[in-house]
Amino acid sequence: MSSLSRDDVAHLAGLARIELSNAELDRMVGELGVILESVAKVQQAPTEGVAPMSHPMPLTNVTRPDVVRPSLGAEAVLAGAPEAEQQRFSVPRILDED
Amino acid sequence: MTDLPTDLTRATAADLADALARKTISSVEVTQAHLDRIAAVDGQVHSYLHVDTDGALAQARAVDERRRAGESLGALAGVPIAVKDVMTTKGVPTTCGSRILEGWIPPYDATVVTKLRESGLPILGKTNMDEFAMGSSTEHSAYGPSHNPWDLDRIPGGSGGGSSSVLASFQAPLATGTDTGGSIRQPAAVTATVGTKPTYGGVSRYGLVALASSLDQAGPCGRTVLDTALLHAVMGGHDPMDSTSIDAPVPPVVEAARAADVRGMKIGVVKELGGEGYQPGVRARFDESVALLEELGAEVVEVSCPNFEYALAAYYLILPSEASSNLAKFDAMRYGLRVLPEGVDAPSAEQVMAATRDAGFGDEVKRRIILGTYALSSGYYDAYYGSAQKVRALIAQDFDAAYSKVDVLVSPTAPTTAFRLGDKLEDPMAMYLNDIATIPANLAGVPGMSIPSGLADEDGLPAGIQILAPATKDERLYSVGAALEAALVDRWGGPILDRAPSLGGAAAAKGA
Repeated sequence: MSSLSRDDVAHLAGLARIELSNAELDRMVGELGVILESVAKVQQAPTEGVAPMSHPMPLTNVTRPDVVRPSLGAEAVLAGAPEAEQQRFSVPRILDED
Repeated sequence: MTDLPTDLTRATAADLADALARKTISSVEVTQAHLDRIAAVDGQVHSYLHVDTDGALAQARAVDERRRAGESLGALAGVPIAVKDVMTTKGVPTTCGSRILEGWIPPYDATVVTKLRESGLPILGKTNMDEFAMGSSTEHSAYGPSHNPWDLDRIPGGSGGGSSSVLASFQAPLATGTDTGGSIRQPAAVTATVGTKPTYGGVSRYGLVALASSLDQAGPCGRTVLDTALLHAVMGGHDPMDSTSIDAPVPPVVEAARAADVRGMKIGVVKELGGEGYQPGVRARFDESVALLEELGAEVVEVSCPNFEYALAAYYLILPSEASSNLAKFDAMRYGLRVLPEGVDAPSAEQVMAATRDAGFGDEVKRRIILGTYALSSGYYDAYYGSAQKVRALIAQDFDAAYSKVDVLVSPTAPTTAFRLGDKLEDPMAMYLNDIATIPANLAGVPGMSIPSGLADEDGLPAGIQILAPATKDERLYSVGAALEAALVDRWGGPILDRAPSLGGAAAAKGA
């Protein structure tokens, strides 16, 4: 199953929080279809019994001593924010109004 | 001791470093020469997204002062460098080629940048790149493409086409890069420059805008193998701020580059990289390079890596999956662009985020985020992402098997020479095929390098040869690269870049 409908792409774009225009959606359906068809090739590889590899280095639980070290000040951190108020990030509403 | 050319921008980093150490030139002179060159030619090449004239000169003055005071300085102290815009630079804009980060000024330096500063390399500016390093041509940069100095109508490779074109147009002697699927090596190949993707974890990723965290690796770019090694030694090493960074000394890359010795080495030609789809001129220069390596005393055998056939497909599932997660941080709340949706009263944070990401991301970024979201979604996970991870293991096994027989592997770096700007922009799969030979190394985490192999007969444009080594054996790249480079330069009668158009003069006057 490697074909995507326009509704599928709209749903995925919603999950990815990208508000695509109608024209973008139309174009993306075709392009993604071609790419998906091509990458589906992984299903033909002789992978039976092969353990998946997530990372090139077999590292687990790299830790450091639990000591306080200097960090950026609030002013530096907020300097790039679209909006800041009272030493905090100012964000649009996060809940429905009623 | 080599006499420096009158035009300091034509000198190697190694020669500049020697002259600086002998105090026959100052870092301010070298840095100013490059700033002048930038002013003369970057209007045509568009390598830089930002030139930090004042910052570079201040750093140059500081290193000159330290040298006058008799301080012991690093090997490249005073040699200026260009930094890929994927690396955060405190107080200097960092956009990653994206509209969503336009005008962002980071409050901190990437570890690589800290190392450059501590080693006394003045930072000339930030180089152009495909948006979030997604591309092979710089055409996906939100700020317009860079141009190949060999032919301004052609691509300089990508994503690191700003860095490759900086080097090929003599706008900096050194540059930094990052390589997730070939973004250091493919640009090097199409511009006749040198670039290394170190072993995964060999250079810190702290402060790099992440694309695919299990594949991303920063590395050095130069015009010669020795210059590249000198920069590798500065950039590399353990960083407690990156938990995947290798806790071991940097491999002896400079020593290997200076020794330039391949006698007794076993070199494997990868059967699966170089057949169908490879341009004849690229293939011919590659075959000549392999023959030269044999003349230099290496033993050459053919090696098969049967699962490389699936590498591109696995890569274009793993990369979008990781990217879709990494780029979720661009949420219009803490930094970067914020766009309000049209016609919505009191929009929610979610609506603002969606409108911002539509306005701030380019087409390729959107494609890959949505592809990654799909590959990771329940119901398709096993068929796509899961299968890709198993293919990744098979590719690592192919490398293990190959390195049990040979010391290094070689292939052409990219299947073709530089194509024309616009040629592949409408066809994502055709663009992806540029990285077919470079991707396996990222999947397995092994180091790779590209050096120029010559000019293809059919178009007179540069081709590259790729050298691959086992993990943590980065020095072998430099042994082979430096030996082959010396033999090729001898055959050519001088560096290959001497044959590139000079760009200055008339054209610069036209731009003025």
